[in-house]
Amino acid sequence: MEFIENHLLTLILFTPTAAALILLFVPGKNVRVFRWGALAASLIPFALTLFAWARFNPDPNPAAPFQFVEQAAWYAAINASYHLGIDGISLPMVLLTTLLTPLALLASFSIKERVKPYMILFLLLETGMLGVFMALDLMLFFVFWEVGLVPMYFLIAQWGGANRNYAALKFVLYTMGGSLGLLLAIQLMGVAVGSFDLVTLTEKWPTIQSLAVPIGVPLETVKTIAFWAFVIAFAIKVPVWPFHTWLPDAHTEAPTAGSMILAGVLLKLGAYGFLRLVLPLFPAEAQRYAWVLAALAVAAIIFGALGAYAQSDFKRLVAYSSINHMGFVVLGVAAAAYTWNATAAGTILDKNLALSGAVLQMFNHGLSAAGMFFLVGVIYERAHTRDLNEMGGLYAILPVYGTVLIFTAMSSLGLPGLNGFVSEFLVVRGVWPIFTLAAALSMIGLFFTGAYILKALKLVLHGPLNTRWEGHLTDINAREMIVMAPLMVLMLLIGVWPAWILDIINRAVAFLF
Amino acid sequence: MQFPILSVLIFTPLAAALILLLLPEEKKSWIKGVALAAGIIVLALSIWLYANYDIAAGGYQFQERVDWLPALGISYYVGVDGISLPMVLLSGLVIISGVLVSWGVHDRPREFFSFLMFLGASVLGVFSSLDLFMLFFFFELAVFPKYLMIVIWGSPKTREYGGMKLTLYLFIGSMLALVGALAIYFGSGLRTFDMLALENAGFSLAFQRVWFPFVFLGFAILGGIFPFHSWAPDGHVAAPTAISMLLAGVEMKVGAFAALRVGIMLLPEGARQWAWLILALATVNVVYGAFIALIQTDFKYVIGFSSVSHMGLVLIGFATLSREGLIGAGMQMFSHGVMTALFFSVVGMVYDRAHTRDIPKLGGLVRKMPWAAIGFIVGGLVSMGMPGFSGFVAEFPVFMGAWRAAPVVAVIAVLGILITAGYIFLTIRRVFFGELPEGLAGVQDVTTRDKIVIGGLAAVMIGLGVFPSLMVPMVESGVKTILALLGGA
Amino acid sequence: MAAGEFTTSMVLAVLPEIGLVALAAVLLVVDLIWRGNTRRYFGWLTTAGLAVIMLLAVLFARPAVEGALVWGGMLRFDSAGFVFRMIFLAAAALTALYTAVTDSVRLHGEFYALLLVSTLGMSLMASASDLIMLFLAIETTSIPLYVLAGFILRDQKSVEAGIKYLLFGAMASAILLYGFSLIYGLTGTTQLYNLGAAFQAGAVPAVLIAAVIGLVLVGFGFKVSAVPFHFWAPDVYQGAPTPVAGFLSTASKAAGFAALMRVMAVAFPEQSALWSTMIAVLATLSMLVGNYLALAQKSLKRLLAYSSIAHAGYILIGVAAGSEFGWLSSTYYLMAYLVTNLAAFGLVAWVERNTGSDDLSAFAGLSRRAPALGLVMIVAMLSLGGIPPFAGFFGKLLVFASAIEKGMVWLVLVGIFNAIIGLYYYLMVLKTIYVNEPSDTAKLPKAAVAWRVALTICVVGILVLGFWFGPFYSYAQSAAASIWIY
Repeated sequence: MEFIENHLLTLILFTPTAAALILLFVPGKNVRVFRWGALAASLIPFALTLFAWARFNPDPNPAAPFQFVEQAAWYAAINASYHLGIDGISLPMVLLTTLLTPLALLASFSIKERVKPYMILFLLLETGMLGVFMALDLMLFFVFWEVGLVPMYFLIAQWGGANRNYAALKFVLYTMGGSLGLLLAIQLMGVAVGSFDLVTLTEKWPTIQSLAVPIGVPLETVKTIAFWAFVIAFAIKVPVWPFHTWLPDAHTEAPTAGSMILAGVLLKLGAYGFLRLVLPLFPAEAQRYAWVLAALAVAAIIFGALGAYAQSDFKRLVAYSSINHMGFVVLGVAAAAYTWNATAAGTILDKNLALSGAVLQMFNHGLSAAGMFFLVGVIYERAHTRDLNEMGGLYAILPVYGTVLIFTAMSSLGLPGLNGFVSEFLVVRGVWPIFTLAAALSMIGLFFTGAYILKALKLVLHGPLNTRWEGHLTDINAREMIVMAPLMVLMLLIGVWPAWILDIINRAVAFLF
Repeated sequence: MQFPILSVLIFTPLAAALILLLLPEEKKSWIKGVALAAGIIVLALSIWLYANYDIAAGGYQFQERVDWLPALGISYYVGVDGISLPMVLLSGLVIISGVLVSWGVHDRPREFFSFLMFLGASVLGVFSSLDLFMLFFFFELAVFPKYLMIVIWGSPKTREYGGMKLTLYLFIGSMLALVGALAIYFGSGLRTFDMLALENAGFSLAFQRVWFPFVFLGFAILGGIFPFHSWAPDGHVAAPTAISMLLAGVEMKVGAFAALRVGIMLLPEGARQWAWLILALATVNVVYGAFIALIQTDFKYVIGFSSVSHMGLVLIGFATLSREGLIGAGMQMFSHGVMTALFFSVVGMVYDRAHTRDIPKLGGLVRKMPWAAIGFIVGGLVSMGMPGFSGFVAEFPVFMGAWRAAPVVAVIAVLGILITAGYIFLTIRRVFFGELPEGLAGVQDVTTRDKIVIGGLAAVMIGLGVFPSLMVPMVESGVKTILALLGGA
Repeated sequence: MAAGEFTTSMVLAVLPEIGLVALAAVLLVVDLIWRGNTRRYFGWLTTAGLAVIMLLAVLFARPAVEGALVWGGMLRFDSAGFVFRMIFLAAAALTALYTAVTDSVRLHGEFYALLLVSTLGMSLMASASDLIMLFLAIETTSIPLYVLAGFILRDQKSVEAGIKYLLFGAMASAILLYGFSLIYGLTGTTQLYNLGAAFQAGAVPAVLIAAVIGLVLVGFGFKVSAVPFHFWAPDVYQGAPTPVAGFLSTASKAAGFAALMRVMAVAFPEQSALWSTMIAVLATLSMLVGNYLALAQKSLKRLLAYSSIAHAGYILIGVAAGSEFGWLSSTYYLMAYLVTNLAAFGLVAWVERNTGSDDLSAFAGLSRRAPALGLVMIVAMLSLGGIPPFAGFFGKLLVFASAIEKGMVWLVLVGIFNAIIGLYYYLMVLKTIYVNEPSDTAKLPKAAVAWRVALTICVVGILVLGFWFGPFYSYAQSAAASIWIY
């Protein structure tokens, strides 16, 4: 037990990898072995995360905010170490990841081809994502940041839709291209500070006086460029308008479970990067350019919603909705950045509200987007089309599916009583005194959100029944309900009693930077 | 007297080469047996050396010294340090892999394996040399096996052109370096070829400035430095699989290694004077090589140009003259060696079965030869510097070094990574995924021997990527020596 | 040393020469006696005799560390003479073995006698310390060679070679003699070892000395086949019986170098800057022209002829260095070139005998028709190209080193450029042997014992000179030192 407690994060992190390796060496073609094996393996990190949640001290010491810290020598020659730890921001993200992965694996039981590599890649993907949330070393962060790309690339390129090759390459090159600046900035910081440890960097980098680098450009400029390098890398991942163009393609072509993870977790990596790295490492620059971020966030909210409204492909619509929802996360971050060294109690409250809202929005969007993509997948597997105009009136033949869809859509829409409302409200409430105009505009965006979600519901479920489907479509099955049930429970739970998770987040954001 | 393990290491392939020539031509299984046995011995010895090197003590270990020609100060003087030992291990890995993938050679196998062993002895000799003359001796020992293996067993269309081009380029380089080395010999006034003595000869600044380009560029041509790189793709493509593996995997390292050992370590001030030029050329290597690889349609040319690109990173690492850069370069030499050997072995396996290397005519091979696909993907990920693989732990410090020396180099060279990702993903997709062309329906899976090669090389790269401490401390100990020379001058 | 005194040491000093005369006489006698089948053994007999002479020389005719003038100052009994004598004897022995399987000459005792007389001349060239002696030695060397080159009377080419060689040779001799006569006229002495001082004392105008040096260089340039005095070489090599061509390109060349080095170092020490430059120019021209023309050759013999011109150029680099180390380098190079080129010509002779052609295409696929010969060709060609672990590598390294020591970097760069061209056509030969498809795939017959012995000795020599430098380096060193230190 002590071992588990001391190496909890490592165990969570590498159980999926170990399982993937075991599966790699399992011979035979029995798909059930791989399906159930992968699912079982993915439940272990989930259980361990629950254990971590139980052991998590919700009221940590501000001087040492990270818990379950592990540190071991890794790349001593350049002072990079294997340094893991989680706080109240990362813990919900870890939970989200370990929860969504088994659900996505369960959703993938409909995969028929090349099940073994599929399951292996999925498990590797989980390690990559978890590592980002746990890393307390900048180089390690980058390692996991990039590692996750590879399985995702192959998941899209191998099990995706018709245009998968284009989408997969676009996805990977976009993200890798975005990371180049990040890579350079990380290297620069490592050279300048002499360490990649996040704790050390947070302490020294913002106040650094000179870089040990013959760069011939003023320090301020260098830091600003590095700041933008970070921002662009994360903005692409989130994605923030106008860096979003890879996302609809990737989502549309990805297999259902891939989309669930992509929207549910991968996008959070970018937002998490803003919170964990950009704000603490570049507080001054972030404050200076907070308005740009806010503007982009508002653009993402409005254009994302408008874009979604314009789609006739169900999956593309949901994909654009992600841009719309993640805009709120960035908006919260921007507002917090702007009030970096505020001293007034009211402003600090606003800032914390905005940040908490942003973190919770990440979690919530993870639930609702994963649910929506899964539901799109459910209908696609049956109808083999995602064209909204070819559906219609399906509520009549798929009543259970229809109910679930409406429930999930309402969570996405931000209906009070469900989770989406809580986080979006917090964000807007926090941002309002800081960026009033942006908050106001984002409210208009929320209006569009309602519009496209209702449009989708109308086109799928209501109206005259497209007779073509009569007798051809079966309602959602038990396995699929098992996938949806935990998501729906959490949506409701957070909607009516958000305190269990908000408390943890709240305390963490208070001394984030 | 301790057991002369380095000599045994160098002379095992040499002895095998001679024994092979004496075997009757018909006894093919004996021939392969001798080659395999030599390969196993070399690998085992190199692993033993690697494991028994005392990192804490550092410096040159397992030294042996016998007078060769005292009148000129030439001695047979061998020893390995933290830079050369990984190279020795690399040679061990690639030689045995080369033997294994060449199992099916049916045209004059006796000569084939004999020449392969000569090449092996040559590279091991260079990596172990502590005597400048001996280094040249072994360096040029590789000329004839290289040329003959390419023209005899290479791909018929380009082998004569590619083989000759490669040989002559490398000969030009080595001759230039020879002039520089002779100048060092006479300039030192020490009348010795002992490199450890020459390191402390205290050459004047003017002397170093004049002679450094001869030595460094001469050897760096073998390392594929722009604009003298064009032998590499042509030669690698023309060569038979095992030779491509050895050429790109080990021989290019020989060039880079010798450029470091003779150029930078003997003439450190010269290196400082000329670092800007090397940085500039090597940066072109990285970006231009990757870009050209991107537009190739011949499977093997993609890899050929990727080597040019990756060796650029090694040279950048050298030219930064910084701790991180040198560590990165040392790691990159090993990582690239293993990776490119894996690449070429996979290319060879594909070609042997599909009988074409034209990318548009390939496709969907993952279904027919999954191991080859996995091997190529792993190599590709190493190639693009994907974290978790050895390429990353090698490239990252190179870039850190570049930041210290010339930030603009880091900023430009990083583009190479993106382009690399582009051509790797494109190639993977076009060759291994997609539709299987009709003509390839009968393609067989790779043999068990091939799987051993793929699995072994891939495991090394992943192992190193996850646990860089398996090699970094050793390289670091070697870098200390170099830094002492750089700082002391 | 006073003239006229006669001692045993004087006899010992010329013991090999006496042996050569005796052996030649024996051959002429045996030629009259032997009939039929036994005539095949002329070659063996010659080689055995030469081996005995070498043995005797090593045992009894080793010079003291400081050389001494003997025979009234006609000869200098020193290491240089000794080492070069060994080179000539070895070359003659190997050539005799090769000719033992050359149908056109092997039954002719007089052929071997001429070979021995020529060797005798070379031997004297290497030791001559008087201009008159030197000229006589050169003629003793050359006249039998003219005959040997044109020995195959039925072959137009051979006769043409003989005549051509004679004409060019006579012309060169005349120029050389003119040079010698000028020297005598200017200084009043023919004793080499007095010339340096005599030039000083006589206050001879520099222009005249330069002219004299020029004339002497022309003469020796012909002997070593340096450009622009090389025109005879390709035709003679191609026309002459192949082993004779080998002998011409190695022993005769070495003799020329031995005399050249002694004359330059001893007679013109004050003018070293001048002749060094002139020789450097000759070296450059020889390398460039030799290599450039070799590129275009279709006949392997002609290719080797041009390559031999180029090699004269490399060796001249060492001479141009004008130092003891340079002399040493050239001497080592000559030893290396001896074994290497004899191996190459030996192979050509064998293939020519079996295919009737010395055309490159006749060598196509040799590695399949005779795998062992293919490997020997690798050894020979790479040694010519200067690749380790073969003799040529160390030779080249030494001559380059000697030039760099003297700061003649440009000359080395020219040398390098040429080494690259050279390697190109040597590799093309190997490519032909290993890659090209033969027109006739039948295996070549097993070679005769004599030939195999000779070839084996050459290959072993190439390898030994290629990595076991020690002994040969010290021979070369003692030879060079004995010229420089007097």
